[in-house]
Order: sequence, then C-alpha cells, then structure tokens
Amino acid sequence: MTLLVGLLVVFAALIVWIIAVYNRLIGLRNQTENGWRQIDVQLKRRHDLIPNLVNTVKGAMEFERDTLTKVMEARAKAVSAAGPAASARAEGELTQMLGRLFALAENYPQLKANENVKLLQEELTATENKVSFARQFYNDIATKFNTSQQTFPSNVVASTFGFAAAELFEVEEASERAVPTVDLSMK
Amino acid sequence: MNLFEQQTSNRRRTLLVMGLFVAFFVLLGAGFDLFVLGTGETYVPLGGIIALGVGSMSAAAGYFGGDKAVLASTGAVPLLQAVDAAPDDDRRRLRQLQNVVDEMAIASGLPRPRVYVVPDEDPNAFATGRDPEHASIAVTRGLLGAMSRDELQGVIAHEMSHVRNYDIRLMTIIAALVGAVVLLSDWSGRVMRLGGARGGVGRHGRRDGGGRGAATALLLVIWIVAVILAPLIAQLLAMAVSRQREYLADASGAELTRNPGALADALERIESHAAPTKVVKRGAAHLCIADPLGRRVGLKEGFWSDVFATHPPMAKRIAALRRMAYQPVRA
Repeated sequence: MTLLVGLLVVFAALIVWIIAVYNRLIGLRNQTENGWRQIDVQLKRRHDLIPNLVNTVKGAMEFERDTLTKVMEARAKAVSAAGPAASARAEGELTQMLGRLFALAENYPQLKANENVKLLQEELTATENKVSFARQFYNDIATKFNTSQQTFPSNVVASTFGFAAAELFEVEEASERAVPTVDLSMK
Repeated sequence: MNLFEQQTSNRRRTLLVMGLFVAFFVLLGAGFDLFVLGTGETYVPLGGIIALGVGSMSAAAGYFGGDKAVLASTGAVPLLQAVDAAPDDDRRRLRQLQNVVDEMAIASGLPRPRVYVVPDEDPNAFATGRDPEHASIAVTRGLLGAMSRDELQGVIAHEMSHVRNYDIRLMTIIAALVGAVVLLSDWSGRVMRLGGARGGVGRHGRRDGGGRGAATALLLVIWIVAVILAPLIAQLLAMAVSRQREYLADASGAELTRNPGALADALERIESHAAPTKVVKRGAAHLCIADPLGRRVGLKEGFWSDVFATHPPMAKRIAALRRMAYQPVRA
C-alpha cells in the first residue's frame, strides 16, 4: 500500500517537474523571439532619425553635399533591404557613411558648437548603442535558451517537445569586420 | 576570474552566508523554545515564529513603501522635472542620462526604471524598488558632472544589476532576519535576567536521566553565548551579504556593458572625489554605488572597518574589475 502511494508521489513530482521545465523553455523561446524583433525596432528608429540629421547639417556643410547624398542613399538601401544578409550589409554601409559624416563635421567649428547638432549627435550615438545592445541582448537570451535546451536533464524535455536551437546574431560579411576607413579629404 | 566566473562565485557565497544566517537564527530560536518556553513533547517553534513574524512586518513596510521613502529623504527630483528647469547644455547631459539608462534597459531586457536626479555635489548613485517593474535609479549632480558617457553607463549598469539581481528584495529579507534575531536575543536576555528560564533543563533531567542533561547543559551555554553576541553576529552577516552583492553588481554591470574598464575608471574617479553624500542617510547606505558615509575604508583596509562596511574596499573592487577586463592591476 505504502509502495503504491510512494510511486504515485514520485510520478506526480515528475509531472510537475516536466511542466516546470517545459514552461521555462517556452518563456525563453518567446524572450528570444522578442529579442530578435527588438533589434528591428532600433534599426527603424535609426532610419527615422537620419533625415533629421542630414537636414540639420545641410545648410552648414554645403561642401559636403557628396557625403550627405551618400548617407541618404545608404539609408534608402537599408530601409528597402530584404532578408537578414542583405539587411546586415546595408546597415553596415550606413554605419560607415554616418562615421564619415561625423568625422567631416569636425571641420566645421560653428556646427560643432551648435546645440541642436550636439543633441542630434547624442541621439545618433545613443541609437547606434541601442542597436548594439539589442543585438547583445538577443545573443545573451538566445544563448540562455540554447543552454537550457542542451543541458541535462532539461534536454530530454526539450527534444520530446521539439524545441529548436536559436541562431545567434552573426556578422555575415567579412567587410563588416574590417576596420572602417575614414576619409577626411574635401570632396 | 572573468565576469561570468565572478558572478557564479558571488552567488555561491551569498547562499553560504544566508545559510549561516538561517542556521544561526534556528539556533537562537531552538534555544529560546527549549530553555525559556520549555516546550514538551510536541515541538512548536513558537519563539522563532513570533520573532520572524514581527521582524517580517517591519521589513514588509520597508519592502512596499521603502523606495518612495528613500527617494523622498534624499530630495531626488524626477528626471523630466529636472529637464524642465534646466539650461540648454544641461538638458543635453540629462538627455544623455536618459539614453544611457534606456540602453542598459535594452541590454538587460528589463523595463525602463524611473530616473531621478539628487542635488548633491558628491558623485554617487543608488537604485531602489522591490522588483524590475517598480525600480528607480537616482544619480547625484556630482556624478553627472564628473563622469564621461562610458563611465556613467558603467555606474548605471551597476545599479540596474542591483535591480536585476533582486538585491533590494534580498536586503529586505535580511533586514527581517536581523530584526528577528535581535528580537529573539532581546527576549531571551530579558527572560534570563529576570530568572524566568523555566522548563528546559529540569524537565529533561527528570525524564531522561543523566546523559541527556550534560548535552543540554552544553547547548545551554552555546545558546547563551549566541544570545549575547546575536546583534553583533547578525550585523556582521548582513554586511557580509551586502558586500558580496556589491561585487556581484560590479560583475553583472560589466556583463551588461561588456566594458569593465569603464566602471573601474568610474570607481576610481568617484573615490578621488570622495566626500560624504550627506543626503543619503545611514539606512539607505547599502543601496549606493559608493559608501555615502564617507568612510575612507579603501585607505585603512583594517579588519574591523572592513567587516562592518556595507561596501567592499574600493581598491579591491577596482582590482576585480581590471581583472575582468584583462588589464593589469595597478598596485
């Protein structure tokens, strides 16, 4: 009699444990999915900010029309890019263009002193950081999710219910890893 | 140790100290029930339960209303309000503060905490709030003026890590335990002084005979020593936990920014400015990034100043961060 009760208790505990692990895996999977989408949120914010920046500096930086045009073109490419590989490449180019623009702005002292420009620079720095941190968070949460799926004993539950490993955010283009060149010549 | 290893080691040490704390509390409670209340065959840890109940009530008040109380006592101003009253370049600095906090919220996956500015020229910062949904971070004027963007981010990351690791909740639980321990020790002391320790030894002696009596007498002695030292021991353990959580917040903050060097620089700068942060009272000292009571613990590194401090010596914190960054530790 007591053996039967004991077995029932063990069985009940096992069920409870399975439910807990399954729920945790679901929670992590959803956080991972959310983390991926949050990167897009920050990228869109960046796309929206750039026209403002260009307008603010256009008047003062008329000699840099070439660079300003290139920035807007890069932005347009980034907005219309389809698929993660193309999108990553386009965003990388945009970052390079922005870097060039900021370097050039150093040559315009009255622009440097302009409070609006400083504020906008701060906003762009913050936006670049937010994109980076969003990617960092995605990698962190995806790693946690993958680790939960792979460690024993939760890997048993994970494989039973068909959880798939999440891909980490990766730099696909070798050119993105290269040190960006900053060209300060007058164009 | 890298920043992940440091976090694991800190969490383990916290568990160890909490275990010691609970064991100590159980010792006090058991002794109280045995020697003062003289429980018979059915053991009900009455003393322990009552003490814990009373301790918890005062801690609960702190848990729910504590963050507002601390913020009010320091004269903290909400960020939006500060922005309204600020001149232009100050506005940019305040906007930068908001951006830095937002970036850390993204990196940690937590909701945005409320941001406050404290009117004190000494660089310091603190976090409060029982969980990430109800968190607030406050920064002094001195900190805003002295830090670069990366250093400010390091400090904010440290504070967000306190929120992330539920340190405020942990310290509230510890406050409850400390309160309970002090209560038990107080009652026990009172009863013993009034000569009311009934039951216990006598009853057991009659029931079981000689051998049991000796063991009980030894337990009695241990218990009396524990009662006398209880407030001291409780305080030491609470401070030990506080220090471990500070190290953990440093390592967790470094994980958020992936830039431990910046936080080390920030701490060095804070220490060189160190003057008491007058607006932060003793009760909220453990919430700050640097010891607001202006104790130059880093300089003295003596045993007694260390064990009673809420924060580890600055030099040790900086050294740990430099090691995380694989930078040489300056002697």
